[in-house]
Amino acid sequence: MDKIIDKENPHFFSNTTNNADVKGKFFIGITQLAVVLIIAILFIILGIIVFEGREKFSWEFISSFPTDGMTKGGVLPAIIGTFILVVVMSIAAVPFGTITAIYLTEYAKENSKIAAAVRFSVRTLAVVPSIIFGLFGLGFFIQFLGTGLDETFNGGELHWGQPNILWASLTMSLLTLPVIIVSVEEALKTIPRELREASLALGATKWQTIKNIVLPGSISGIMTGTILAVSRGAGEVAPILFTGAAYYLATLPESLSDQFMNLGYHIYIMSTQSSDVEKTMPIQFATTLVLLILTLSLNLVAVIIRSRIRRKSK
Amino acid sequence: MKNTKIEVKDLSLYYGEKQALKNISLEIPRNKVTALIGPSGCGKSTFLRCINRMNDLIPSVKITGEMLVEGIDIYDKNVDVVNIRKKIGMVFQKSNPFPKSIYENVAYGPKINGINNKTELDEIVETSLRQAAIWDELKDRLDDSAMGLSGGQQQRLCIARTLAVSPDIILMDEPASALDPISTSKIEELVHELKEQYTIIIVTHNMQQAARTSDYTAFFYLGELIELGKTNTIFTKPEQKQTEDYITGRFG
Ligand SMILES: Nc1ncnc2c1ncn2[C@@H]1O[C@H](COP(=O)(O)OP(=O)(O)O)[C@@H](O)[C@H]1O
Ligand SMILES: [Mg+2]
Repeated sequence: MDKIIDKENPHFFSNTTNNADVKGKFFIGITQLAVVLIIAILFIILGIIVFEGREKFSWEFISSFPTDGMTKGGVLPAIIGTFILVVVMSIAAVPFGTITAIYLTEYAKENSKIAAAVRFSVRTLAVVPSIIFGLFGLGFFIQFLGTGLDETFNGGELHWGQPNILWASLTMSLLTLPVIIVSVEEALKTIPRELREASLALGATKWQTIKNIVLPGSISGIMTGTILAVSRGAGEVAPILFTGAAYYLATLPESLSDQFMNLGYHIYIMSTQSSDVEKTMPIQFATTLVLLILTLSLNLVAVIIRSRIRRKSK
Repeated sequence: MKNTKIEVKDLSLYYGEKQALKNISLEIPRNKVTALIGPSGCGKSTFLRCINRMNDLIPSVKITGEMLVEGIDIYDKNVDVVNIRKKIGMVFQKSNPFPKSIYENVAYGPKINGINNKTELDEIVETSLRQAAIWDELKDRLDDSAMGLSGGQQQRLCIARTLAVSPDIILMDEPASALDPISTSKIEELVHELKEQYTIIIVTHNMQQAARTSDYTAFFYLGELIELGKTNTIFTKPEQKQTEDYITGRFG
């Protein structure tokens, strides 16, 4: 309709520009609104959490056990449980992810079908909903591996065939594997060809070159990947729902076959299963604050290291 | 021939479909400096990288013909490429020290060969740096990062690093092309001293440099070897017209 009117208008050149101008301004306005909205949402979320959580958030909160049916006290066991979870997860995922990344960037031929399959799997793994990992962990680690272990070595007595830190950590490591693989790959690729050639020309084997030149140069990339994986693993709840997280434990876990408490799961429990939601509300907010501080600071460290690598590789 | 270190027979190299070296046959004498000259893109680097099998790293490369070093075809299936590269060192166009200390740069090759004894390593590092005429400059800062050195120092460090593996042959691909005149002349002096003990093959696009440093000169053009002879002869009365045109600056 506009066009017809424009054509009949002797000043249609200036008119169309005006029209485009208006449209342009409109879209710029929309994008600006979106930006403001996103920033506002972030600050509202953070603001509410800090505001509501600040009262309860204290050294005591961080360093003590929950008491009175989890309506009072702190979140120490959830912090420690989360810590153990990400440590065991990293021990499993970092070497595995690094080796995979080394294969993909250093050894796989350009048109290798295996490498293509691995890449496809990594990409798919990265978009699988986290609850699926939880179900997989339950089915594979607990029911298949754990029960198998019990039947073979424990005469069928239940020990490994139930949720525990080990299975939860391994499940979480599957979820975070893509993060590590991608980060390490990126770091390996920044090692210049000249350095690899220098090493090879001195009679180093390919593996010696990777071990002595490529990997040391990629340490910060591996660290970035680890930190990103840890911050992801610290925040995810679904993978550990059925594989090891506990509602409440009076003692800290003592072995890998114990269950554990976890910050994210604790928030979920507090907000859905509590006998007195009114009373636990401040605890929920303070726990959320702890989790947020933990993951945000980990991410910040990762961002800093990553930007250092980028600057160095230029 | 007794004084031939490297004998190349009918060597051709293809990057995928594209032929970069065409039926090269030549002999390179022992303990002499042989310069490879020719216009940019004529295959000098490609040929040099054939001698220590660096082209193996490029998947698309196909090589035919023979490359005999001390009478042994280094492209033979039974030959271990790692051993070849220990015997045939390479200095690159762009200096490429490892982001490690000066000491660790020189000790890298020996360590890879399983030498871990500290006194032995110290000795190798000192000898190599002395041979590369850079010991006096660096002896007080061996633990400093090699990345802090000047371009010329870095390049001489790379030469020392190559010497530390005790090769027979040293390949140099325009080792001074990125350096200032003073550093360049230091490298040239070094080449002159090293030829007592090593067979040196040096690629250069600088005619004066070829004339100054080399005993023999090979002229490459469009992937072919046009002429190889005593440097003196090549620069005064070359046999081929193309060589003469290039040397007198009529093209390239
Ligand atoms: N990795 C490569 N892949 C494909 N072609 C290459 C590669 N390296 C060199 N070439 C080509 O081979 C020819 C010879 O190159 P090069 O040996 O580098 O010449 P020079 O060192 O004499 O300047 C050039 O045409 C160049 O484009
Ligand atoms: Mg070249």
